[in-house]
Amino acid sequence: MTFEEIRSILSTKTIGIAGCGGLGSNCAVALARIGVGKLVVADFDVVQESNLNRQYYYNDQIGQKKSFTLSDNIYFVNADVKVIAHDIKLEPEDIVKIYKDCDIIIEAFDLAEMKQMIIETVLSEMPEKPLICGIGMAGFGNNNTIRMEQHGNLYICGDFETEIADDMPPMAPRVGIVANMQANQAVELIIKKHLKDGDHTK
Amino acid sequence: MEIILNNRNETIEKDSLTMAELIKLKNYTFKMLVTKVNGQLVKKVDRETSIIKDGDKVVVLHMVSGG
Repeated sequence: MTFEEIRSILSTKTIGIAGCGGLGSNCAVALARIGVGKLVVADFDVVQESNLNRQYYYNDQIGQKKSFTLSDNIYFVNADVKVIAHDIKLEPEDIVKIYKDCDIIIEAFDLAEMKQMIIETVLSEMPEKPLICGIGMAGFGNNNTIRMEQHGNLYICGDFETEIADDMPPMAPRVGIVANMQANQAVELIIKKHLKDGDHTK
Repeated sequence: MEIILNNRNETIEKDSLTMAELIKLKNYTFKMLVTKVNGQLVKKVDRETSIIKDGDKVVVLHMVSGG
């Protein structure tokens, strides 16, 4: 497929991203660059200086809300992408409400309990919706430990074991790999579904 | 009984057990887990009552922080 063909399919799709940190901001920008039609992003946090080693923000954006700032940055990358930004700490009922019309949901939280919460929520409340998670991306090196596993409609990208700690910091290279793997998985699911449905009119 | 745990064959010296018992037996010490049996989510709150039987396909995913 040519890029134009791929872009025209992606332009009709909506992808939800839960969290606008290292995974969410980089994944959103990757999807925006290739022309996904609409992104629904959510985060309650503000940009901090310590985030800039991996998150898609700039020095002069420190102190600003991540969700709205990510929306601005996406606009500079690709003004055709429609972004719905929510400044919110997501609870299960919000996840169902905000992401119910999305074709795919990307999990991009930092805390393990939030990852568990969104997996349990999506698998029980919206089991037909593909959910792409990022689990294990701290530290550096070890390229070969990063992989993707599928469990039904649940897709997990990462090394499945490295947990962030003072001596195991999250940094742009590995976090970026996993964020872009999540974006890559989303594109694959969208294109494969499009070809399977035989919908070549769009 | 024989189950498939995270894509590996596993022999358990019991006819059945709960998801909570399996987690204890396997010594999964991670605080945050996602559990599935035969493709169906078993919520954290249901692990004490969810029964695993011979031939079941069990997935236990470990959640780690970072993102």
